Amino acid sequence: MEFEPVIGFETHVELAAKSKVFCDTRAEFGGEPNSYVCEVCLGLPGTLPVLNKTSMELSLKVALALNCDIPEVTEFDRKNYYYPDLPKNYQISQEYRPLGRNGAMTILMPGGREKTVGIHNIHLEEDAGKLVHDVYKGRGVSLVDLNRASTSLLEIVSQPDMRSPEEAEAFMETMRSLLRYLEVSDCKMQEGSLRFELNVSMRPKGQKEFGTKVEVKNVGSVRAVLRALDYEMRRQTEILEDGGRVIQETRLWDDERGETRSMRVKEGAKDYRYFPEPDLPPVHIDREYLETLRKDLPELRDAKRKRFVEEYGLPDYDAGVLAAEKAVADFFEECTRLHNAPKVYSNWIMVYILRELGGEDEKEIADLKITPEHLAQLAQILDSGKINQNIAKKVLNKSLQTGDLPEKIIQEKGLEMVSDSGEIEKFVDEVIVEQAGPVEEYKNGKDNTLNFLVGQVMRKSRGKAQPDTVQELLRKKIRGEQP
Amino acid sequence: MTEPYQLTAWEAAQALQNRSLSSSELISSVLRRIGEVEPKVHAFQVVIADKAKEMAKEIDDRRARGDSLHPWAGVPIAVKDNFCLKDAPCTCSSRILENFNPPYHATVVQKMLDAGLIPIGKTNLDEFAMGSSTENSAFGMTRNPWDLDRVPGGSSGGSAASIIADETVLSIGSDTGGSIRQPAAFCSITGMKPTYGRVSRYGLVAFASSLDQIGPMTKDVRDAAGLLQIIAGHDPHDSTSIAQPVPDYLTELTGDVRGLKIGIPKEYSIEGMNPEIEKNWREAALFYEGQGAECVEISLPHTEYAIAVYYMIGTAEASSNLARYDGVVYGRRAEGPFENIVDMYRKSRSEGFGSEVKRRIMLGTYVLSAGYFDAYYRRAQRVRTLIKNDFEAAFKTVDVVLCPATPSPPFKAGEKTDDPLEMYLSDVFTAPLNLAGLPGIVIPGGFSSEGLPIGIQLIGPALSESRLFNVAHRFQMETDIHKRRPTL
Ligand SMILES: [Zn+2]
Repeated sequence: MEFEPVIGFETHVELAAKSKVFCDTRAEFGGEPNSYVCEVCLGLPGTLPVLNKTSMELSLKVALALNCDIPEVTEFDRKNYYYPDLPKNYQISQEYRPLGRNGAMTILMPGGREKTVGIHNIHLEEDAGKLVHDVYKGRGVSLVDLNRASTSLLEIVSQPDMRSPEEAEAFMETMRSLLRYLEVSDCKMQEGSLRFELNVSMRPKGQKEFGTKVEVKNVGSVRAVLRALDYEMRRQTEILEDGGRVIQETRLWDDERGETRSMRVKEGAKDYRYFPEPDLPPVHIDREYLETLRKDLPELRDAKRKRFVEEYGLPDYDAGVLAAEKAVADFFEECTRLHNAPKVYSNWIMVYILRELGGEDEKEIADLKITPEHLAQLAQILDSGKINQNIAKKVLNKSLQTGDLPEKIIQEKGLEMVSDSGEIEKFVDEVIVEQAGPVEEYKNGKDNTLNFLVGQVMRKSRGKAQPDTVQELLRKKIRGEQP
Repeated sequence: MTEPYQLTAWEAAQALQNRSLSSSELISSVLRRIGEVEPKVHAFQVVIADKAKEMAKEIDDRRARGDSLHPWAGVPIAVKDNFCLKDAPCTCSSRILENFNPPYHATVVQKMLDAGLIPIGKTNLDEFAMGSSTENSAFGMTRNPWDLDRVPGGSSGGSAASIIADETVLSIGSDTGGSIRQPAAFCSITGMKPTYGRVSRYGLVAFASSLDQIGPMTKDVRDAAGLLQIIAGHDPHDSTSIAQPVPDYLTELTGDVRGLKIGIPKEYSIEGMNPEIEKNWREAALFYEGQGAECVEISLPHTEYAIAVYYMIGTAEASSNLARYDGVVYGRRAEGPFENIVDMYRKSRSEGFGSEVKRRIMLGTYVLSAGYFDAYYRRAQRVRTLIKNDFEAAFKTVDVVLCPATPSPPFKAGEKTDDPLEMYLSDVFTAPLNLAGLPGIVIPGGFSSEGLPIGIQLIGPALSESRLFNVAHRFQMETDIHKRRPTL
C-alpha cells in the first residue's frame, strides 16, 4: 500500500518590535541573563500588562498579507500552565478571538506549479523565558533567564494542506520570504526568531480521512524540519504497514541522532484552562486603520516576480530567485536604477552574490562589502567596452573580497582593454611571423585556424585585447588588405 | 481636649495650614495612639514609624519654607498590605509573601506620596483579600474595636479598625466583593468602592482582576471625597483604568439631596436578615425623605444569583492570578531537596497558602476546567451581564439605590470560620456592585441594641461618585453617628 503524508505547520515568529509585548522593556536577543526585565515581565505581584501597539500592528500586517478574516474585535486569553520560564504561570495568548482566521498562502513549487495552503488562524502571544542547566558548587542546577520572557510572539497555524516534503519545503520558504518582505521579523532560525513546528500524519493514498497526527518540536532549521519530516514519514509508515497504530503525541527532534523522541506527555491530560484575560480590554480594530495598513503593505514576492519578468524581461526562474528575498530584489532594482543592465545584474547576483549569503551566520546581502554602486559601475565599464565579461567577473570577485570599487581595481591591476590599435597591430604582426604554418593553413581555407591565431594574440595581450578587433585585424593582414 | 490623632484629614489639613499643628506632631500623636491600642486591635501588619517621622519633618520644613504643597500634605495614611509600597513588606497576610518587598510603588501609593500623604503602616487583611473577617491572616486576626471578641469584617479589616481606633487619619483598601464596604459597616467608618477603572489597580496585588477596585476608608465622607480625588485617574499602566477626567469631589460636595430619587430594591429584603438591619435601612429611607428626596421601590431581579456568580468568576480569576506564587523567582520556597520542579511547586504552595486561599484556588481551577468552563464560567459571565442590566434599568428611574451594607452586625470571631458558605453570604449586598462595576459607598447608619455598628450602602451608576458623596454627606451633616468612637 502506498502512503501519503498530511502536513501542517505552526509557525512561531518573534516580532521585530523594539519593546516587549506587554511592557516597555527592550526586546533583544542575547545580553546578560535577566538584564532586559522589569516588574511586569518578571510577573511581580500587582503588575499589569499593557499591549504594545507595534506588536499588534506587525501582527495585523501578517494577517492582511495572508488574506485572513480580521475581526472588528480581538481579545487576549490566559493559557494556564506551570513552567519555571513562565513567570506568571500563565501565558497571555489568544484562544477564542484571534486577530486573524481563514487565511491562505500561495506556495510556488519548483517547476512553476502553484498551490494554496490554508491558514487556520494567526494569534499574538507572549514568549517564555528560557532555562539554563548548569553546575553550581558541584550540583546540577537550573537557572532562569527571563530576557526573552514576554517578547512578542506571533503564531501562524496552517491547515494540514501539504502532501509532500517538497510542498512542506516550499511552504517554509514562502513563509519566511513573506515575513521578511513584511519586515515584521528578522526570521533568524538560528536565534529562534523563526521556528516551524511540524505536524504530520500518514494515510493510505486515496483515503479521505486523516490519520493520527504527531507534532514535532525543537527543530531549528528548514533542513532539520525536512529531516524530521522524512524520519516521521518513515516511522509512521512502518507502524502502519505493521498494522500498528500511531499515537497522538508531541515528539522532540534530536538533531544529532537524526530522530524524533516521544515527550511522553498525554495530550488528553493537558488542560490550559483558557479564559479571557481580564487585565486587557478587547482590542477594537478600526476598519479605516486596517485599510491604511493594507495600502502600505509592500509588493510581495509573487507580484515582484511577475513584474521582474515583464519590466526587465528576465526569465521566470531568474525573476523568482531574485524576488525570493526582499533585500536581494531591492539590491537588484537599485542596480538597474543606477545603470540599466538588468540581465547582467541578474546573472552576476545569481552566480556570484547569492552563494555568499546564508550559511551558519545567516549572512544577508546588506552584510556584504559589495553594494549596488559596485555592480552598476562594473556594468557601465563593461558596456563601454573597456573590459570584457571575463575580466568583469574577476573584478566582481575582487570587489566582493575587498569592497573596492571596480574602477579602482581595474586601474590598479591594469586590467583595462588595450584599445591602442598600434599595440594590437604589433602583436598581430608578431603572431603572423611566429605562426607561419597555421597562417598558411588558414590561407588554404581552414577557417578554424583563425581562432587559434586570435588566441595567440590574446595571450600576448594578456587578455586585454578585444577578440573581435583581433580577428578582424588578423583576417585583413593575412589577406594582405590594409587595416 | 482633642488629640491630633482624633482629627479627620480635612480638620488636620486646616490645622497644618494655619500652623496650629505640625505634621511631626500629628504623626507622633498617631504613633502614640498606635502604641496604646494596637496590642488590643492588631490592625497593622507593620508600622512604618521612623520613615513616617522623617517624612513628616520634611513636609514641615517644606511648609515652613513656603513650598507649594497639597493641602493634605503631612497627613498619615494606613495602607492595606496588598498594595506595593517600595522597600516595605507586602505580605498580603500570606506566608508565601512573608519576605517579599516590592521594588516598585503601586500607582495609588505614588499618587499618595505625590500629595504628601505619609504611609504610617500596612494593615492586616484576609490572606490575599479572601475573606470577610480578617481571620484568614497568616499573622493573626484583627479585632473589632467596638467589641474585641468580634471581627472587624474583611478583607480590609485592618484598615477599617485602624480608622475607628484612631490609629491613623486616613486609610486605603481594596474591594473585590465588599472588602472595603463590609468592614466599613462592621467598624462604623466611611468606605467607598469607586467605579471599576476609576482608580488604577497597578501595584495592587490581584485577587480577581475584573472585580478588584481600590477605594478610600475614612472617618467621614468629606475625607473619602478628598482621598479619592488624590488617588483616582487614568493610568497608562492599567489598561482597564478609565480615561475620564477626575471631578473635584470636594468642591461638588454640597450635601443637597432635594428632588433626588432613591430606589429601595425589594430583593434586598432577604430571608434571615437581621431585623435591626432592616429597621435601620427603613429609617435611613425615612431620613432622606425628610431631607426632600423621594424613595421608590425598585426591582433588581437577579440579585439572588450574585453570590454564586461572584464566587465563580472571582475564584476563576484568583486561581490564575495566584499561580505565580511558586517559589521560583520571589516569595517563599519550601526547604529542599525536591524530587523535581512539580514537587517544589507543591511543597512551596502547600506550606505558603492558608486554607481559604487553597479552597478558592481549587474552586476556581474547577470552574475553568475543560468540560466545566461553559457550564460555570461562561454561564456566570452571562448572569453577570443580567445583573449589570438590572442596575442599568433601575438607574433609568432612580438616581441612587439605598440598601443595607451587610445582612448582620459584626459577628463573633470564630463564629463562621468553619462554615465558608455562611461567611460568603456576608457579601450578599456588596458583591453585586463589583459584578456590575458600579460605585458604592457605605457609611455608619446606626447601632444595634447590643451597641454594634450597622452600615447603610448607597449605590450609583458608573462614575457617579460625586453624587454618592453628596447623598452620604447629607446623612453626616444631619447626624453624628459617624463621630462616635469605641472605648478602648
Ligand atoms: Zn518588562
